[in-house]
Amino acid sequence: MNFPILSIITFLPFVAAVVMLMIPADRKTEVRGVALATAAIDLLLSGWLYLQYLLGGMTGYQFIETYNWLPALGISLKFGVDGMSAPLVLLTGIVMFTGVLISWGDYDEKHHVSAGIQDRPREFFAFLFLLAGGVFGVFVSLDLFMLFFFYEIAVFPMYLLIAIWGWIKTREYAAMKLTLYLFIGSVVSLAGVLVMYWTQYQNTGVLSFDMLQMESAGFSSTFQYIWFLPVFLGFAVLGGIWPFHNWSPDGHVAAPTAVSMFHAGVLMKLGAFAALRVGVMLLPEGAKQWSWLIMALASIAVVYGAYIAFVQPDLKYMIGFSSVSHMGLVMLGISTLNQTGLTGAGVQMFSHGVMTALFFAITGMIYDRSHTRQIPELGGMGKIMPFAMIGFIIGGLVSMGMPGFSGFIAEFPIFMGVWGRQWLVAVFASISIIITAAYIMINIRKVFFSPLPENLQGHVGDITVLDKVAIVALCFFMIVIGLFPSVMVPMVETGVENIMRLLGGA
Amino acid sequence: MDFLNTHLLSLILFLPTIAALIMLFLPSGETKLLRWFAFSASLIPFALTLVLWSNFDPDMTGFQFQEQYMWYEAIHSTLHLGVDGISISMVLLTTLLTPLAILASFSITDRVKPYMMLFLFLETGMLGVFMALDLLIFFVFWEIGLIPMYFLINQWGSANKDYASMKFMMYTMGGSLGLLLAVQMLGVLFGTYDLVALYERWNSLDPGSILLGLPVHTVKTIAFWAFTIAFAVKVPIWPFHTWLPDAHTEAPTAGSMILAGVLLKLGAYGFLRLVLPFYPLEAKIFAGALALLATAAIVFGAFGSFGQTDFKRLVAYSSVNHMGFVVLGIAAAGLAAGTADAHIAMNGAVLQMFNHGLSAAGMFFLVGVIYERTHTRNLEEFGGLFPLVPVYGGILIFMSMASLGLPGLNGFVSEFLVVRGAYPVLKIYTVVSMLGLLFTGAYILKGIAKVLHGPMNEYWARGEHKLTEINTREILVVVPLMILILIIGIWPAWILEVINKAVVALF
Repeated sequence: MNFPILSIITFLPFVAAVVMLMIPADRKTEVRGVALATAAIDLLLSGWLYLQYLLGGMTGYQFIETYNWLPALGISLKFGVDGMSAPLVLLTGIVMFTGVLISWGDYDEKHHVSAGIQDRPREFFAFLFLLAGGVFGVFVSLDLFMLFFFYEIAVFPMYLLIAIWGWIKTREYAAMKLTLYLFIGSVVSLAGVLVMYWTQYQNTGVLSFDMLQMESAGFSSTFQYIWFLPVFLGFAVLGGIWPFHNWSPDGHVAAPTAVSMFHAGVLMKLGAFAALRVGVMLLPEGAKQWSWLIMALASIAVVYGAYIAFVQPDLKYMIGFSSVSHMGLVMLGISTLNQTGLTGAGVQMFSHGVMTALFFAITGMIYDRSHTRQIPELGGMGKIMPFAMIGFIIGGLVSMGMPGFSGFIAEFPIFMGVWGRQWLVAVFASISIIITAAYIMINIRKVFFSPLPENLQGHVGDITVLDKVAIVALCFFMIVIGLFPSVMVPMVETGVENIMRLLGGA
Repeated sequence: MDFLNTHLLSLILFLPTIAALIMLFLPSGETKLLRWFAFSASLIPFALTLVLWSNFDPDMTGFQFQEQYMWYEAIHSTLHLGVDGISISMVLLTTLLTPLAILASFSITDRVKPYMMLFLFLETGMLGVFMALDLLIFFVFWEIGLIPMYFLINQWGSANKDYASMKFMMYTMGGSLGLLLAVQMLGVLFGTYDLVALYERWNSLDPGSILLGLPVHTVKTIAFWAFTIAFAVKVPIWPFHTWLPDAHTEAPTAGSMILAGVLLKLGAYGFLRLVLPFYPLEAKIFAGALALLATAAIVFGAFGSFGQTDFKRLVAYSSVNHMGFVVLGIAAAGLAAGTADAHIAMNGAVLQMFNHGLSAAGMFFLVGVIYERTHTRNLEEFGGLFPLVPVYGGILIFMSMASLGLPGLNGFVSEFLVVRGAYPVLKIYTVVSMLGLLFTGAYILKGIAKVLHGPMNEYWARGEHKLTEINTREILVVVPLMILILIIGIWPAWILEVINKAVVALF
């Protein structure tokens, strides 16, 4: 029996959530301590997992654990990671750890400003960890039923987190919109998945949700043609695919900082990952037939998202729409169905996750101190919080796809993959690079370098040490991957090879 | 010693970055320490470049000091470095100008640490372009260099810096978009980014075959213009030049020195390293168009310069004018590829790149010297300053004469070579650019006359505004430039030898 590392990573947040709920509500420091310790352990474990996979030169599914859950229906708790999901597990660990750091809750005596989560941190962290556990569960599940199970677990706490701790003006609207969108999407996918389950039973006589088994279920190409779109798009809603993206920026804006980080950093990857895992890998024929549509939607998302981000006066909306644009690139990479494009998509999921978490973290730091996110009302933050400024600039460079940072490493193969399919799409999507550069540079200049508005003078202080730790941790990954692509790309490639095998060779 | 010899290029390339990272840990209050650290750190790559130059064998064809490391395996891109006669002269120019620019920046008092760090990062970015033998690595460094320059202009520039830095960024990135797409296409088609391999395979494509649903020659024509526009923006060729006067004018003095001295050469270098070898046929077909734009740059650059009342803008437009000769030489070489004319024109173009690097950096520095003292760049507010600052005046006249192309100084040699090479193949354009050269003389003399001669503006003669003479540090910045200008003017063989061998081998 090997060390059950995946179960520990997945269930530790649930256990911690229960533990925190048993601590008296007024002992905030203890609650935060438990949260931080749990997040740190999960980060270390997921980092260890990642390094094991990378340095061990592993391929295929590894660290597999199987426990019977409901044998009569063929449901088992089957965990395992491959080159595609291991980086995402690490990503979740990073976002969880940094999310706790920046939510720590701090009162700046000098400027009378409170940052982080002051209101009911116990419940906040408990819900956040439910969310994190659900996300881990999706990334490591090899059983379709369990994947769904964790998927819903991840969506549900989002509603409470946004509705209770969110931005007071839109939180109820946004929470409701988000939940409805995601549930409708997942119901559509669920229908598809159940049909797949029964069709497999008819074809092979096996009752099983095991995805590895389902790969050889022998779905007819008509079946795949019909069911690919519902399954793929149902999950892709969570990935923010155009035109089903508009829950996403609203959700980002209303959510508290750590939840926005999770939402954009990890949750949207969940959608893209599940769409890839279930849609493309189990229905490869359908994917081939519909890839033109996915490519069209994705390329619109890339340019449209960038353009809308460009005109947003609200910093969080800007990042929200830039996420739509960048997730469009992930979808674009998936839609190429070739080695380079899919590899790029895999790296882009990680890269965008870290980058957008960083963006939302810094936006949260600014908002907590200045109480505005309106870009025209901000200014002069560079002198007050230089650390946040450097972080934001690095994030911006990643977002622009500047070479030397992870964004370039991810976007370049995506575009190469698109060239392999349809060069016009590559030319069209490349417009987004310029738009992104423009809004990132304009906003950096306005928020950090223009003069500090009078009403903010004396009220805004620097960020805390914990915030700085979070920023350094996030920047670290973007720079290392940017300079040394071999720390991630070969691993993602092994995952892609598996997908290519299912798609029937390169 | 062995390590040094086998890793010379990567040492030169990455030492500035390493120095910048070390600076991160130096106390930001110790401005003196930071300045001297940055300066001495930038001298090391220069010293290593001298070693490189002395070990360089001009008689060997192909690239020397090659190094290759795996970088991005998935898309077959390697960190492949190497230099030939063309790139080694550009490397020398870069490593020479960076310490001088840093020395010129000792007068910066605001946020010295990030300023110096950005300069060192910038040096790595520029050197990377000149050393790259991998198309993707070329593009990587091409883009990386933008960021430090953007922030140097945006943070340490003068009044209109926001507009100028944004315009610089958007023009260059927008121009590079076509390059990016073309680079991707080449990578997808051939599965490698190695320049040497690409030269061969791209040029041996069957002209009748179909690529991406289009005939090969159409694809090549589109790709040719994608490359050309990216480099034309950077050079800049008329009509893509309008970012340049703004960026140069608003940038801090040392920023302008590097911008005019090295960054513009990146564009011209792109023509030499990528456009001509990749598209010999298209370069021939479109040589007329390129020559037309180059002539327009020479003539309009001169007119534009003559019309300025801002001293720095005058010098900025002169860059458009001078870089026009580089492009004229390139156009001629493309048209007459393989002939002696092409070699002469190309020799002239490369030498002109080097020479313009020296004289433009010197001119911008001298403008900066007077601006720091008077806080104005308006030519109308100067006048008759020669008696007040005789040393400065002498240096300014020397530098201006180099820029004007006075025989005996460097500009003459290279412009003569370009014109000599271009005349047999591009007669009309060459004649028109020669006429443009008249206006070069006019604007340079106008600059000197407005600043140094005429009735003295008494405002600068006494009181607290009294104009002070150029100081020792500033003389130290400008003297190396002057020496090189004079040496190349009198005895250009030492550098032309190196350039010529590479040019003959390549074109």
